[in-house]
Amino acid sequence: MGSKEKEGFLKQFVVYALLICIGFIYLYPILYMLSSSLMTLDDLLDSSINWIPSSLNFANYGQAAASMEFWKTLGLSIVIAGVPTILNVISCSIVGYGLARFEFPGKKVILGIIIFSFILPSQITMIPTYVLYSNIKILGTIWAFVLPALLAQGINAPIFILIFFQFFKQVPKVLIEAAQIDGAGYFKSFVRISLPSAAPAILTVFLFSFVWYWNESYLTQMYVSGVMQETGWTSLVVQLQKFSTNYSEYAQTAASGAVTLNESISMAGTMLSILPVLLMYFVLQRYFVESIDRVGITGE
Amino acid sequence: MSKESREAKKNKTKIKPGRLARREAIAGLLFVTPWIIGALIFLVYTMGTSFYYSLNNIRITPLGKNFNFIGVGNYTQIMVADADFLPQLVEYITSTVLSVPIIVVFALIIAMLLNGKIKFKGFFRLIFFLPVIVVSGPVMGMLSAQGAASISTIDTQAISNAISEFLPGGMATAISELFSNMITILWYSGVQILIFLSALQKIDSSMYEAAQMDGGSGWECFWKITLPTIKPMILLNVVYSIVFISGNEQNSIITLIQNAMFSGTKEKGYGYASAMAWLYSLVVVLIVAIFAVLLMARKDIYERQVKKAKREMKKEARLVKKIERRGIRNAKKIEKARKKRKYSTYDGSGDY
Repeated sequence: MGSKEKEGFLKQFVVYALLICIGFIYLYPILYMLSSSLMTLDDLLDSSINWIPSSLNFANYGQAAASMEFWKTLGLSIVIAGVPTILNVISCSIVGYGLARFEFPGKKVILGIIIFSFILPSQITMIPTYVLYSNIKILGTIWAFVLPALLAQGINAPIFILIFFQFFKQVPKVLIEAAQIDGAGYFKSFVRISLPSAAPAILTVFLFSFVWYWNESYLTQMYVSGVMQETGWTSLVVQLQKFSTNYSEYAQTAASGAVTLNESISMAGTMLSILPVLLMYFVLQRYFVESIDRVGITGE
Repeated sequence: MSKESREAKKNKTKIKPGRLARREAIAGLLFVTPWIIGALIFLVYTMGTSFYYSLNNIRITPLGKNFNFIGVGNYTQIMVADADFLPQLVEYITSTVLSVPIIVVFALIIAMLLNGKIKFKGFFRLIFFLPVIVVSGPVMGMLSAQGAASISTIDTQAISNAISEFLPGGMATAISELFSNMITILWYSGVQILIFLSALQKIDSSMYEAAQMDGGSGWECFWKITLPTIKPMILLNVVYSIVFISGNEQNSIITLIQNAMFSGTKEKGYGYASAMAWLYSLVVVLIVAIFAVLLMARKDIYERQVKKAKREMKKEARLVKKIERRGIRNAKKIEKARKKRKYSTYDGSGDY
């Protein structure tokens, strides 16, 4: 008996050791970011200081925030990520419900196209879409993200449609039929019966869509904040993309006290751009990590 | 299964859809209408236009776009004259083909570690999922610019030296690059871990118990129970990883396409960028297709044996039928023969 227990202990030890090692590798960039963002210039240059700064220097954050126009950009980022996300939830739930609940000719083809459109890189449709937006004069406004989200074509919309599809297939049909016998129409039974029961799926889609829109810099820059000239719309991640040019502009115009760009300030800027979603993650962590279990995308 | 489905098909063709079914079909189509309109605009129209663009040299003048049809000129230009595109495409292909299996295998290992009886499971899940929240092009760019995307304490140079002794140059650099970007690769496996974990939790534990009763080791259980059960998830994760890598801004090709699009030079522009996008998309779809074929082609032993057994059963059934038919035929023959010689032989009726 004893030897067996020992073996179990050894195995457990190895498992924990592995998990902690890998966990450290995962956290390494964030820890690094945090520690070097708090260093002063002297700490950066001092080779004896690796991890722990000699004093907490929050001035880096002040400099970075000022050059990014943090509060204004934060507000814009929330709009850029939030509005298309809400529309994504609405449109994808409707489409997913239609595919899951009803039988109609061409359904399999539609599902096939949805999967195909997920695999297809967005670059292939990017240029005509850009031209289209500029023709109908919505380029450089939030409408460039709203319109596709309304038509269930937003960022990663195929995944969300499939999540809703998978979820609504599990809702018992009897429930909906009962509602219809009581006189509810198709749409009413969707809104009143199916949608409230789909809360886990809605939450999952909302969180993922928000995070993905937040982290999307390529398309945001392309359609909303402008590649060649600035449109007034911008997000924190896009600002981070242009951090060094923005910072040197800021350092020139700002009054005394602005130092030249160094590693600490870039890391502080990076930290600022991920801080809002990081906070959201720590508050809503349970919903994030359990989301994939709940929606049953892995099938039954 | 085949019998049932065949019967279902028969029923489908026999019974015309009733009024309710028709109404339901219309309602279903109405629900899907937003997507159909969206797909027509943002998929069919844009893809067609983009293909048309790729066959043209487009110059933007103050009066509008100036189209000049040049056939496959853009494509040959990219293939022959572009110094960046082809090498970067090759680099993209090698790095994707190398890193996707690593991401998926790694995700599976972590998921299996987490699937056991572990304390602080929630905490570990929290850590492993964290990168999904923060990973984006600029953030990764910043981190790798500061050297935080690779661990300085691991001597990557030694590894790459060791590798280059065994492998030809191109492969060796690709692999050593892989090592120096290890964190980047690990960071891309957050969603995959969760997908595997949730699939592993759904495997019935009685299957493992049954296997252990029959003397199966943990290793055998993994290959014969775990792997076949989560096989669809492997494909899902492979596809997800490829799509994620190809859409991520760390991927230099998409930046190249954007630069070509806004480039003011004579031969570049919208048409040239469209041609690039088509070539790139073709490569991405091909990579996905190759992985899918590889993963779906190999059937496991169990399935093969079931098929074999089914084939044998069918054969036997055919034989039985054949014998039965022959019996009936022979009986008829005998009957006929009897009738012919009606009055000559005894037919068992009792009178002559």
